[in-house]
Amino acid sequence: MPFQIIKQFFNDMRRQKLRSMLTMFGIFWGTCSIVLLFAFGTGITEAQIKSQKGIGENIAIVWPGITAREFKGLPRGRRIRPTEDDIRLIKQKAQSITHISPEYSRWNVKMKYSRNETIRNVVGIWPEFGLMRNLIPDYGSRFINNLDLSKKRRVAFIGNILKEDLFHEEGAVGKTVMINNVPFTVIGVMKEKKQDSSYNGRDARKAFIPASTFRTMYSFRYVNDFVIQCPPTVSMERAKREVYEIMGAKYRFDPDDTEALKIWDTTRGFAFLRNFFLAFNTFLVGIGVATLITGGIGVTNIMNVVLEERTKEIGIKMALGARKSAILSQFLFETMLITGIGGILGFLFAWGVVSGVGMMGFEDYIGVPRVSLFSGVLAIVLLGIIGTLAGIFPARRASNLQPVQAMKLF
Amino acid sequence: MIDLCKVTKTYITGTVEFKALKDIDLQIDRGEFVAIVGPSGSGKSTLMNLLGCLDVPTSGEYRLEGHSVNKLTSNQLADIRNTKIGFVFQAFNLLPYATSYENIEVPLLFAKVSAKKRRDRILELLALVGLADKLNNKPTELSGGEMQRVAIARALANDPDIILADEPTGNLDSKSGTAIIEMFHQMWKSGKTIILITHDMKLADQTQRIIRLKDGAIDGNGNLA
Repeated sequence: MPFQIIKQFFNDMRRQKLRSMLTMFGIFWGTCSIVLLFAFGTGITEAQIKSQKGIGENIAIVWPGITAREFKGLPRGRRIRPTEDDIRLIKQKAQSITHISPEYSRWNVKMKYSRNETIRNVVGIWPEFGLMRNLIPDYGSRFINNLDLSKKRRVAFIGNILKEDLFHEEGAVGKTVMINNVPFTVIGVMKEKKQDSSYNGRDARKAFIPASTFRTMYSFRYVNDFVIQCPPTVSMERAKREVYEIMGAKYRFDPDDTEALKIWDTTRGFAFLRNFFLAFNTFLVGIGVATLITGGIGVTNIMNVVLEERTKEIGIKMALGARKSAILSQFLFETMLITGIGGILGFLFAWGVVSGVGMMGFEDYIGVPRVSLFSGVLAIVLLGIIGTLAGIFPARRASNLQPVQAMKLF
Repeated sequence: MIDLCKVTKTYITGTVEFKALKDIDLQIDRGEFVAIVGPSGSGKSTLMNLLGCLDVPTSGEYRLEGHSVNKLTSNQLADIRNTKIGFVFQAFNLLPYATSYENIEVPLLFAKVSAKKRRDRILELLALVGLADKLNNKPTELSGGEMQRVAIARALANDPDIILADEPTGNLDSKSGTAIIEMFHQMWKSGKTIILITHDMKLADQTQRIIRLKDGAIDGNGNLA
């Protein structure tokens, strides 16, 4: 029987080309909207989150500050300037901090390789800095390690843009670069990464050297800032609290005095971004779902028209022994075919568009749109529901006809 | 086999009540060839609908092979129409998009006959009605007589006991009509119960018994043969 239904369905389609096309178009466009909006929404979201993650995940940056509260007989307005020893203390005492690194920073440093010169930022850090800030070494290179740190080696890990500036196409690893007229061996080049936020320039343009080497070179007593990271399961609020308590106990300031140390908690930005894009994607999918529902209503209307046209045929089938369930399933099956074909075409079209756009190089603007499993499942579930709802009412009307009424014999 | 006792059928349109059949008492035995005749509006088609289980009586009782049709569910009625009764209509009522083969296949599909048996049965029936070479033709590609022969083959598909024919020659020329009536005679001789609804007395005269209807009531019920 399904074969006959399919045959009849395509016969009807041939006879009523425009009507069939318009009916399917509703479903086609609805499915297309859901998949496209979701794909582009996901692409944009992922691009934004990836850019945000460029600075590091679950990290906070701590800068020196000035106390704003009097505390235990001490006046406000005192400068709190952390040293590397303070950072070691925090590392030793804080329970919620997994990684920590000082950051010494020097701007406008002349860097030179062969005849190529540039002026960039040099940063002194601990090896953990690389992990926290997603500084992934490119193939055949490495990041600064503990031995470099303890031996105060003159080694540098350079950002990929800085590498282009100094070395162009040439390999940089193993070469000597002059940083402030001091020779450094390049041990690693950063793999390109997205980074849309920073506080002292993009990592791609910097040279990273061991903190110990930096201190020797520039005689810095205080760190410019330090970076902390906590595991995803731990709230950054707790980590921040520990920093204030440990530093407050040492420098005698109120742990509630947030001016004593300035902290940029990047996780707040993530949370905002996540919520924003959740709302954004929900809105986009909502539009798609509404379009699909409109398409479903169109299918119901058309199936009602089909029912009117086929009333006599239903009567004939009933006279030949069709049970109610057979009529019901025929109409449901036809509705499912319309929604199914429209849905599949819509999905394939959307998939084609997404693949096409993905190859056009708009990555920097809209990310990489991706047809997700979720959008596919959502479209299928919705199509199933809409197909059933669109078909069930005309189908029930058809199956409840009395054979004699349907055939209009009396 | 067929036993109608005080059967009435009333149609209500808005506030207007119309009694199409009034207190019909009728018995038809297995293997009879019966004609139901009467002028337009006499209730012939309504009676056929009731006899064919396409409709149920408003009051009275219809017993088919001893079972009260009034008490059957819609599925049981559908099964009776599928296996016990074969319909032949004046307007043929073939499915327009389906071939001769597929039209005959419809009642077999509802009876859930296996594909192999279906094929054998359809080819047998097409040969029986002389259309073995027209199995792939759609109704629009057949003459009136051929369409009615496909309808007869379809009515015989599940080998029913009763054949109900409503003006089967009404849309045919006299030559085709004669051929169709000859087929009904062959079916009757093979043991089927034939009920022919007609207003053509020449046709009615070829049956065993004529039941005359007038204004929804039986006006005459006599044996001819």
